[in-house]
Amino acid sequence: MKKNGNHPKNNVYTLFLGCTVPVRTLNYEIAARKVAKALHIQIEDISDFCCCGYPIKSISHHAYLLMAARNLALAEAKGHSVCTLCSSCGGSLAEANYELQEDKELRKKINEDLYRWFRLRYEGEVNVFHFARILYQEIGTREIEARVRADLSSLRIAPHYGCHYTKPSAIHGRPEDPENPKSLDELIRATGAQVLNYEDRLSCCGGGVLAMDEQVALGMAQKKLDHIHVQQADAMVLICPFCSVMYESNQKKIEKLFQKEYKLPVLFYPQLLGLALGFEPDELGLKMNRIRTTDLTKKIVRKPD
Amino acid sequence: MIYSKTLDPDFKHLISKEPGGERIKRCFSCGTCTASCPVREVTDRYNPRKIIRMALLGMKKEVLSSQFIWLCSSCYTCYERCPQNVQIPELMNAIKNIAVREGYTPPVMKAQIDLLSSHGRLLEITEFENEKRTESQLPLLQSRIEDVKMILKELGLYHEEEREPS
Repeated sequence: MKKNGNHPKNNVYTLFLGCTVPVRTLNYEIAARKVAKALHIQIEDISDFCCCGYPIKSISHHAYLLMAARNLALAEAKGHSVCTLCSSCGGSLAEANYELQEDKELRKKINEDLYRWFRLRYEGEVNVFHFARILYQEIGTREIEARVRADLSSLRIAPHYGCHYTKPSAIHGRPEDPENPKSLDELIRATGAQVLNYEDRLSCCGGGVLAMDEQVALGMAQKKLDHIHVQQADAMVLICPFCSVMYESNQKKIEKLFQKEYKLPVLFYPQLLGLALGFEPDELGLKMNRIRTTDLTKKIVRKPD
Repeated sequence: MIYSKTLDPDFKHLISKEPGGERIKRCFSCGTCTASCPVREVTDRYNPRKIIRMALLGMKKEVLSSQFIWLCSSCYTCYERCPQNVQIPELMNAIKNIAVREGYTPPVMKAQIDLLSSHGRLLEITEFENEKRTESQLPLLQSRIEDVKMILKELGLYHEEEREPS
C-alpha cells in the first residue's frame, strides 16, 4: 500500500502538527489527542518536524518539495503513517508525497539534496491522512455511535469541509466526491447532533489569500458566516486550524467590517466528538475557543452510565 | 490595446517547462475556472481565465509583475472542474515561481521567507508556547529548525545580509 487515499488501516500514527495548531489552536490539538486516546488511535510525535512546505510553494517548487520530503523522511524512519490536523499541511504533504512516489527521477534529485545536507533519504513509503479521514475510515461512524455518552440531539451544526481535505481529489486517492463530500456530515451525525445544509457549503474560507489581501479573504469568510447565520446554527464545525482562524479568530473583525452580528461558535470536530464521548468541555480546550460555547454546552444532556 | 511587438511568444514555453505549468497550452478559455472561483466572487481583480489567456498571448511582463497572480486561494475548485485538466492552482504557482526568479516577489512573501528561515515555521514556538504545552501535558516542540534556513539559503531564496536588523 503505497498510494495515498487507500484506507488507513494502521492504528499507530505520527502526528504532524504544522505551524498553526501549536500556536493558534491548541484547543484542537488537546481535543484531538483526547478523542484519539479514547478511540485507541495511538499517536507518536516527532519534535523536529518543520513547516510542511506549503507557504514556500509559490516561491520555489523545489524548496517546497525539500521541506515536505524532509518531514516525510523523518516520518518514514519512525515507520508509521502521518496524521495531520491541518488540512493545508495534509494537502501539502500528500501532494509532495504523490509527486515523489510517482516520479523516481524527481525523488532521486530531492534525495541528493536531502542526503547532502541532512543525511536523510525518503523512499516514498509513507502515507498521509487527515485526522478526520482516519476517524471516518478507520474508526467508522458505527463505532463512534456506540461510544456516545451524551445527548447532542438538540444541536444544529453547520459542517465546513474546507478545501484541502478532499481536493485535489486525485492526490488523495479520491476517497469521496469532492463536489459532494459526506464524511464530515456523517461524522457529525454519529455524535447525535443535527447536520445543517446551507448555501455554498463547500466554499473556501479565504485563508489562502489572507496574507496577500485581508479584505478579500475576510469577504470570502463573511459570505459563509452569512449563509450559516440564516440557518440558525448552534455552531460551525470544522477540521482545519486555518479555516478556524478565518471564521473564529477573525469573526469579530468581520462583524465590524461588514456591520453584522454572528456570535457563531466554531468548534473543531474532535471537540464536538469529545463532548459526545462524555468529556467535559474543559478537557477539550473549549475555554480557549474565542466565541463563547457555553450556550451550546448547556444544551447537552449527559446520558446515565 | 495589445501590441504584438511587446508580446513574448516564448513565455508559454517557459511556463510549460516549470513544475506545475506543463499543461498551460491545453487551455481553451472556457472560463469554468473563473465561474467556479470563490475569490472572483469577492473581487474582479482575480480572473484565472484572463491570466492564462494573457500568459498564452505572451504578455510576460504584465503577468509576472501583477498582483493578481498572487490572489489564488488554492481552493482547487477549478482544478477539479477544468475540462482540460490544466491544474490551475499549480499553474499559478509555476507562474509565481518564475515571477520570483525575475525579481517580482511581493513584500509579504519576503516576510514569510524570513519567518521560515528564522524559525523553520511560519509561527514561532517560544518558551511561552512550550510552557502552555507543559501545562496541557502536551509534548514539547523544538523552537528552531535550522534545516529550513539551510534549504532556503542553498537555493538562493534567503540572504542573511539583506535582513533588516531586528
